[in-house]
Amino acid sequence: MQILVLVITLLLLSTVGYELGRRRVLELAGARLRDLHSRPQYHGLYVALWCLIPGLGAAILWLVARPWLGRIIALPDVNGATTAAVAAIAGIAGLAMAHRRVAPPLRARIAVERIARAVMLIASTVAILTTFGIILSLLFESLRFFAKVPVLDFLFGLRWSPQTAIRADQIGASGDFGAIPLFAGTMLITVIAMCVAVPIGLFSAIYMSEYATPRVRASVKPMLEILAGVPTVVYGFFAALTVAPLFRGLGESVGIGVSSESALAAGMVMGIMIIPFVSSISDDVMNAVPQTLRDGAYALGATRSETVRQVVLPAALPGIVGGILLAISRAIGETMIVVMAAGLAANLTANPLQAVTTVTVQIVTLLVGDQEFDSAKTLAAFALGLALFVITLVLNVIALRVVRKYREKYD
Amino acid sequence: MTETTATIPVQPRRGSSPRRLRQRHAAERRFRIYGISAIVLAAVVLAALLGSIANRGASAFFQTQIALDIYLDPEVIDPEGTRAPDTLRSANYQTLAKRALETRFPDVSGRSAKRALARLISSGTGFELRRRVLADPNLIGTTGRYWVKSSDDVDSFIKGKVSREAPESDRRVKDNEIAWLDVLVATGDLELRFDTTFFTASDSREPEQAGIWGAVVGSFLTLLVTLGLSFPVGVLAALYLEEFAKKNRWTDLIEVNINNLAAVPSIVFGLLGLAMFLSIFGMPRSAPVVGGLVLALMTLPTIIIAARAALTAVPPSVREAALAIGASKLQVTLHHVLPLAMPGVMTGTIIGMARALGETAPLLMIGMVAFIVDIPGSFTDPATVLPVQIYLWADSPERAFVAKTSAAILVLLAFLVAMNALAVVLRRRFEQRW
Repeated sequence: MQILVLVITLLLLSTVGYELGRRRVLELAGARLRDLHSRPQYHGLYVALWCLIPGLGAAILWLVARPWLGRIIALPDVNGATTAAVAAIAGIAGLAMAHRRVAPPLRARIAVERIARAVMLIASTVAILTTFGIILSLLFESLRFFAKVPVLDFLFGLRWSPQTAIRADQIGASGDFGAIPLFAGTMLITVIAMCVAVPIGLFSAIYMSEYATPRVRASVKPMLEILAGVPTVVYGFFAALTVAPLFRGLGESVGIGVSSESALAAGMVMGIMIIPFVSSISDDVMNAVPQTLRDGAYALGATRSETVRQVVLPAALPGIVGGILLAISRAIGETMIVVMAAGLAANLTANPLQAVTTVTVQIVTLLVGDQEFDSAKTLAAFALGLALFVITLVLNVIALRVVRKYREKYD
Repeated sequence: MTETTATIPVQPRRGSSPRRLRQRHAAERRFRIYGISAIVLAAVVLAALLGSIANRGASAFFQTQIALDIYLDPEVIDPEGTRAPDTLRSANYQTLAKRALETRFPDVSGRSAKRALARLISSGTGFELRRRVLADPNLIGTTGRYWVKSSDDVDSFIKGKVSREAPESDRRVKDNEIAWLDVLVATGDLELRFDTTFFTASDSREPEQAGIWGAVVGSFLTLLVTLGLSFPVGVLAALYLEEFAKKNRWTDLIEVNINNLAAVPSIVFGLLGLAMFLSIFGMPRSAPVVGGLVLALMTLPTIIIAARAALTAVPPSVREAALAIGASKLQVTLHHVLPLAMPGVMTGTIIGMARALGETAPLLMIGMVAFIVDIPGSFTDPATVLPVQIYLWADSPERAFVAKTSAAILVLLAFLVAMNALAVVLRRRFEQRW
């Protein structure tokens, strides 16, 4: 509400400013419109911006500095009315000053455009600020975690059982924060996912780009897009309620014990989720292979499949590998499917029929629910997040570089 | 002549033999079959996914209801006859429904049997009656026929989720209850009716009273914040990078950053929200404004990339023509390039919004998983969103929530399909080939 009042006040004021500025310059110019450097709208905008920016600035300053200033001199409390009042005073002051400056020779357009450009520049730095925010917040919390648990214990420890002690002398009071079982579980599920996604995705991409008629393409592509558009929570539900019981039942019928939270079920469904990812990147890359290469192969008498295997695929390989790397990074960071379908207990196993847990599952279980913010348990989630961020970042950077390098070759 | 044929020996090589050719053609066919089967497999899986959810979810749109002749006894509701809202609000309406049931089955006696009888109807029946009485106090003292919800156990039984043949100890609906239900079915006092509660109510511990409206409103508020932040910032950033920025190290850095952000796992954005917005800035937990902020940061790269692609597609001749008649750089961009690129920008934005609508993981981090019964009224109220509601229900032990979850998924998918269809229509309608 506070913000709404503020925004409405400032918008009203700047609208008034716009009208005042426009009218004043028209009045001053009189009949000699050609003396105007900028069109009247720009004078209006000039005044409006001179009202808006000081207003906003004052409001922010007020919100930030009030608690601090309040200790020195008596000031009214921060609320919707005072914030809007402070903003309005600054806005009116700016408005009055700009209004006095308005005159036909004023280079209002240049001033307005300079501000617009600055706003765009600020908008484009949001992406960098986000990255910084992510790195700083993860790093900061992780450092606090590593003050409690040594880095090497975290990275190479074989036992993961995070818990906070109720009594100091409790058994296992400190908890174990060895992340190897989590990394292993993540790897296992990712490998299973890739075993599903890469063949299906790659072969469907080959068929789509090399064999399919435009009509088939027009119907298959939307299908893959639907597969890509299904929210991950839906895949998670599917994995937990349909696929996992199915595998369990199958296992029972042949006499193999399959956990109801098996890595296989989670991995398979994650693979399904990634199929469209692999296929669309491979499709793009193969379409970018010049037709002349194919024609050359056909001219030598190669069949279509020979052309694909011996000419198109090798030419497209870097791009496909890049795409697969991106898909792996996606699988590692995927959360909902594993939260819903994979286990919670950290088993160090390579058996896909058993339950394993992943980095993302642990982040969610550690952070969901009310917790004190500086226990080792909560902070561990940030350390895991940092590990996740670094791994996916490295994969992404390699993948993007590989893809880009390949693109340059044929352009 | 003979000499030349002798010098060039025409030996049939292995490769051109009919057998070799057959092998190569067989390999060709196999290869093609691999491709087709990959696509078919993907289609089958998609069908299984959607089919299993639709199959489970369809029944949740209907709810077993029982018709009861309920006497709204003034002695119970308003003994003093004051009609004061507080009195009306605090009365025990559930008793009235129980009494009506006992009148319906007068021969039921004994405490446990009566309790079993009362279990046929939802424990929320009282609230429903209260709502009606508060809306129209003149109903007090009258007897009316009301359709009230059955309990979730009865609902599962009527929908055939629980077999009648199962041993009594394995069923939550016992033999005597089945006998009563059969009587009700025979007289037409028990029906599967369209469940409006599912669309109008908020979350509840009781499956038959739980609805998605609270989550839908939460999703709407969250997406509004996301759109309000990511669309202007994304478009401005794309404009700057595409039209104004010089190619230097700084813009390179921004580009690499955007591409990387697009591939950062969504849960990491949730961690950012938790550490930054909640702990440092002290914003409220579970609030749509924080959720929207986090999702805005997440969708920003998508929008920027789409907007830049749309801007690049506008031919330079448009810019040059505008420049030639004296427009400034900003005027060229805002008056000519951006309007022409707008359909592409909008398409990208809608797709980004659709992705944000389906996103769950980052919202778990900032506490939007709480059990929230109230429908959020503002951006700072605790709220949940549709996908998180699905996650919460999927975790619930009650059997009936499986159907509710599937139904909520169907609603979510309907929203997503609508948004994507809108994007496709926009693209088709306004797509311009230069």
